Amino acid sequence: MSLNMVVGHGGMFQFHHAVFYGVGAYTIALMLTKTSMPIWVGFIAGPIAAAITGLIIGWFCVRLTRLYFGMLQISLGSLIWAIVFRWYNFTGGDDGIHGIPMPSLISSSRGSYYFILIILLICLVLMYMILKSPFGSTLQAIRDNSQRCEAVGVNVRHYQLLGIVIATFFAGVAGVLFVVLERSVFAEMLFWVLSLEIFIMCLLGGWFTFAGPMLGAAIIVALRTFVGKYTEYWTLILGVMYILVIFFLPEGVMSYFQEIFKTQTKEVAQGGQSIDAASGKPH
Amino acid sequence: MLQVESLTKSFDDFMAVNGANLSVGKGEIVAVIGPNGAGKTTLFNLITGALKRDRGRIIFKGEDISELPPYKICKKGISRSYQIVNIFPRLTIFGNVQVAVLSQQRRSSNLFRPAQNIAVKETRTILETVGLLDKENNIAVSLSHGDQKILEIAIALGNEPELLILDEPTAGMSPEETLATIELIKRLAQIRGLTILFCEHDMEIVFSIAQSIMVMRQGQTIIQGKPEEVRHNPVVQEAYLGVE
Repeated sequence: MSLNMVVGHGGMFQFHHAVFYGVGAYTIALMLTKTSMPIWVGFIAGPIAAAITGLIIGWFCVRLTRLYFGMLQISLGSLIWAIVFRWYNFTGGDDGIHGIPMPSLISSSRGSYYFILIILLICLVLMYMILKSPFGSTLQAIRDNSQRCEAVGVNVRHYQLLGIVIATFFAGVAGVLFVVLERSVFAEMLFWVLSLEIFIMCLLGGWFTFAGPMLGAAIIVALRTFVGKYTEYWTLILGVMYILVIFFLPEGVMSYFQEIFKTQTKEVAQGGQSIDAASGKPH
Repeated sequence: MLQVESLTKSFDDFMAVNGANLSVGKGEIVAVIGPNGAGKTTLFNLITGALKRDRGRIIFKGEDISELPPYKICKKGISRSYQIVNIFPRLTIFGNVQVAVLSQQRRSSNLFRPAQNIAVKETRTILETVGLLDKENNIAVSLSHGDQKILEIAIALGNEPELLILDEPTAGMSPEETLATIELIKRLAQIRGLTILFCEHDMEIVFSIAQSIMVMRQGQTIIQGKPEEVRHNPVVQEAYLGVE
């Protein structure tokens, strides 16, 4: 969801978003294992560290456009992965960090479930509010036409950077929640393969919609869980599905449902006249 | 209000604007005319900061704005529309204009208030002025070309400009739409007291609404003066009007 804030609504090619998820997770993991600071400090520090990393990487990336943005973002993100992967003494390298202590309230599976659920709901509400706020509208306007946005007095880079910082903050929250659930971290969390997976979740589910990425995530996780039971080649099915989506539903599954819904309500209201919102491609 | 002095811009070896001069007084309607490729759009891009000039000065209300980025020039009170439709295709008509209004009111970075409750009155007033209020919830890309051109102007009005720059506002419009747009431009100048700088191919339109006309050829200013002076200028007649 946080990735979609920059990709779907902000129109920026944030190819390597998992880095911020990993930075959030490693921050809380390191604070809980290497320092004696109270646990809540770690909970706050994780997202903030992710957002600061987002700010630094984003500061360079917003100077470039589209694909160049994406390439630089992958490079800088991979740099952080490499540091985590190699710095054995500090991050545990490819072993990661395991057995991170959690307070008893959220260490049981039921406790952690409800804790994660509550934080998730709060984050969803916040992200929805941001998307519907003046900032959200401006970000979508930048996605549609950044040149025109600049001409109506919007400092485009400034808003893109703010969008990245907010999105990476939420990625950091997700990282912290992963630690609550698994009580371990490992370098793969910052690897580009994971970034690709969440990118596909956004595209598959519908990147111009709010709930699309959740649907995309559900499809992928369901495939892995149910089809993965029978064959290790479940990604083959995902690949075929994805090709079909690109050809027939270029804006994702959720956009398709929304379009049907809109057309139906319009038909009821106007007697058959429908709007072709699908032809407006982002620039 | 606006002074352009010896403005120059080249792309590689091509001199798109080559020593252009222009003067726009407060409350005036000024037209820039010239054959295709004369440098009219480039001139507008230079004034609004979309392109950086090579040499020369652009003075707006006594201040040199030639080094400023587009968003700062907009905040100074210059707003523009484009020759080729340049809107936010996925947003609604309302959303298109609201982006500009929010920016003008410096409320674009508000994170937690629903945008649908902010700047509604100002946005609707503009939509009413240009006659798009009944379509405010339509997605911009679904509008007809003529309406999209009007939306262009509406977005530009969202910034409450003092100087409105219109790049071929009636290009591609039907004769009826063109007439309505001319009326709109006149009305905007009267009601809102706007200063308007525009370029247009249709000479009838130019001579019917412009109070001052600047003629460009090959990036240079041939003359700027009142419509009658321009009409009777022998160089202009030979270079442009005669050809038309």
